[in-house]
Amino acid sequence: MTVLIGQLFTGVSIGAVLLLIALGLALTFGQMGVINMAHGEFIMAGAYTTYVLQQVITAAGWSLLVALPVAFVVAGTMGVLLEVLLIRRLYARPLDTLLVTWGVSLILQQLARDVFGSPNVQTRAPELLTGNIALPGGITVANNRLFILALAGGAVVALTLALRLTRLGRRIRAVVQNRDLAAVSGIATARVDRTTFFIGSGLAGIAGVALTLLGPIGPTMGTNLIIDAFLVVVVGGIGQLKGTVIVAFALGVLQASGEYLTTLSVAKVMVFVAIVAFLQWRPQGMFTLRTRSLA
Amino acid sequence: MTTVARDPVTDAAPAPPPATPAAGPSRHRFRAAAGFAFGAALLFAVAPLLLSDFRLSLLAKYLCVAMVAVGIGLAWGRGGMLALGQGVFFGLGGYAMAMHLKLADAGPGNMPDFMMLYGQLDELPLWWRPFASPWFALPATVLLPMAVAFVLGSLVFRRRVRGAYFAILSQALAAAMVILLIGQQGTTGGTNGLTDIQGFFGYDLDDPVNQRMVYFIIAGTLLALLAMTRHLMQSRYGELLVAVRDGEERVRFLGYDPATVKLVAYVVAAGMAGLAGALFVPAVGIISPALIGIVPSIEFVIGVAIGGRATLLGPVLGAVAVAWARTALSERFPGTWTYLQGLLFVVVVAFLPGGLASLVGLVRRRSDPPADGGPRPGPFGRLRRRKVEAAS
Repeated sequence: MTVLIGQLFTGVSIGAVLLLIALGLALTFGQMGVINMAHGEFIMAGAYTTYVLQQVITAAGWSLLVALPVAFVVAGTMGVLLEVLLIRRLYARPLDTLLVTWGVSLILQQLARDVFGSPNVQTRAPELLTGNIALPGGITVANNRLFILALAGGAVVALTLALRLTRLGRRIRAVVQNRDLAAVSGIATARVDRTTFFIGSGLAGIAGVALTLLGPIGPTMGTNLIIDAFLVVVVGGIGQLKGTVIVAFALGVLQASGEYLTTLSVAKVMVFVAIVAFLQWRPQGMFTLRTRSLA
Repeated sequence: MTTVARDPVTDAAPAPPPATPAAGPSRHRFRAAAGFAFGAALLFAVAPLLLSDFRLSLLAKYLCVAMVAVGIGLAWGRGGMLALGQGVFFGLGGYAMAMHLKLADAGPGNMPDFMMLYGQLDELPLWWRPFASPWFALPATVLLPMAVAFVLGSLVFRRRVRGAYFAILSQALAAAMVILLIGQQGTTGGTNGLTDIQGFFGYDLDDPVNQRMVYFIIAGTLLALLAMTRHLMQSRYGELLVAVRDGEERVRFLGYDPATVKLVAYVVAAGMAGLAGALFVPAVGIISPALIGIVPSIEFVIGVAIGGRATLLGPVLGAVAVAWARTALSERFPGTWTYLQGLLFVVVVAFLPGGLASLVGLVRRRSDPPADGGPRPGPFGRLRRRKVEAAS
């Protein structure tokens, strides 16, 4: 029983990381059908922001707290720049956005290598987040994982509320459901796209801050994460966040239990097979947005 | 929506292919044969005469990449399936060949050297054993990738998973395969891969004469694949493939099964990548996860995009040019090359979606008005049409 709950928690915490990364991706992919391969590099930007801030603010707790909003803005700004300079021209060609943003991600990785050096760097975690909490029944839960879980939960709640309650959220949903109709109704879709890209990329920055708690920071850290995050979005379905949330945790638990029963590498293959099998059942993902759009 | 009338399925079937409006079929065929002969002369006579042994073996390596590119051109440029995981098939072919050569190097009854080092295995794993026989290993280099592509492709295309979803899935396959290979270090060589391959069916690979032979085999194979692909592209099937790319639903309504059409192109492309991987092993002497993961898989696509995805020769020339530029530039300026590669990719895909080959088309169209006296397309007519094609 203890083992089972321990594994479950490991899975949930893998899922929380996945969720944090996939959340921004789901937003931009859902809104514009744009596949942003440079999303991984925005994560990296968030992580390096934390690293830089820690050089200035030496108290690890404070630097982490400051890093969260700063990374959001840094990554978000990068996202807006990318959207304005390149992606805007490619809305009709989703596959080409994938390739173009891959080119951008190559450039950003090399930039990171030139600025910070190719070896990985490390940040210090705040005292508060280094320990474990012992729960009754001999289960221990790592504080940093708990923090990431809370961060992911907070991001989901904030995003859901923003989409439900604010004017901007209403506009975003209108554009996702039917872009042409939204434009005809007087919504400045280009501006909505830019804002969405800012938020989506900013969430990648937050994910980057969270990842500094789990491991080293390096120029290629984004590449490995981005594929998993894309799988979450694909399986979750487009246009609704609940699919992303459910699938992120489901894949996390599957990965963790697969790892427990076999090895890490076999577990990865198992996850892939499960995804292909799932798509046989629901090719459009878990939840699909119903629209009357002809596209 | 205005492009509907130009769709090859609905109205253009009896007309000659739009790429060469002035050429009749016989002149067209003559031009192709002349080009083929020129290419063969270049590869078989000029290159071996002019290049040193070292450069020639580099060229052999680039030609292997070009073989993968031909397949990607077929699947992506013609069929609209962005296959981002071709490294998987390249790797399957490469590992199948390398396993056979390792076993042949070790001699009958012995085990490859790395297995004793990492694996501490007492005997050869079961799944290695068939590869001792060349009669199994050689067909496997092509059939194994084709089988994997068939399974994934039929699962995915039948359920109408396409576009970005397919691209991401094929990429995830590459990621999963690399992790699997690294994880099974004892039997696959892990991160190092299968290295230090000495012999090639009884010939010593250190001997420059034999390296030359390997080059000739590779050049010949590439030419054969090009001839085959040209044939395929010009056949009725080729028309159908383009039709599926431009309007899958319409093809379905006409009574064809688009899933089968796509599957054929994807499986053929996988076979080409497998063959390329198999020939890469004797040319370079190594196959490893680093050569087949996500990054190299996308790099295969880069050359195709830059050369021109929808043409026959564009992918070949693009792949060779990019591979050559990488070697030439990354030795001296490693950082600069990465910037250049990224920039080239961004600029070409975003602003010249037909690749460099479309520049040739633009020039030719200006000097060569359509024979039927119809309206001449504007200088960007071709590019604009591509945009619409890619959107569907």
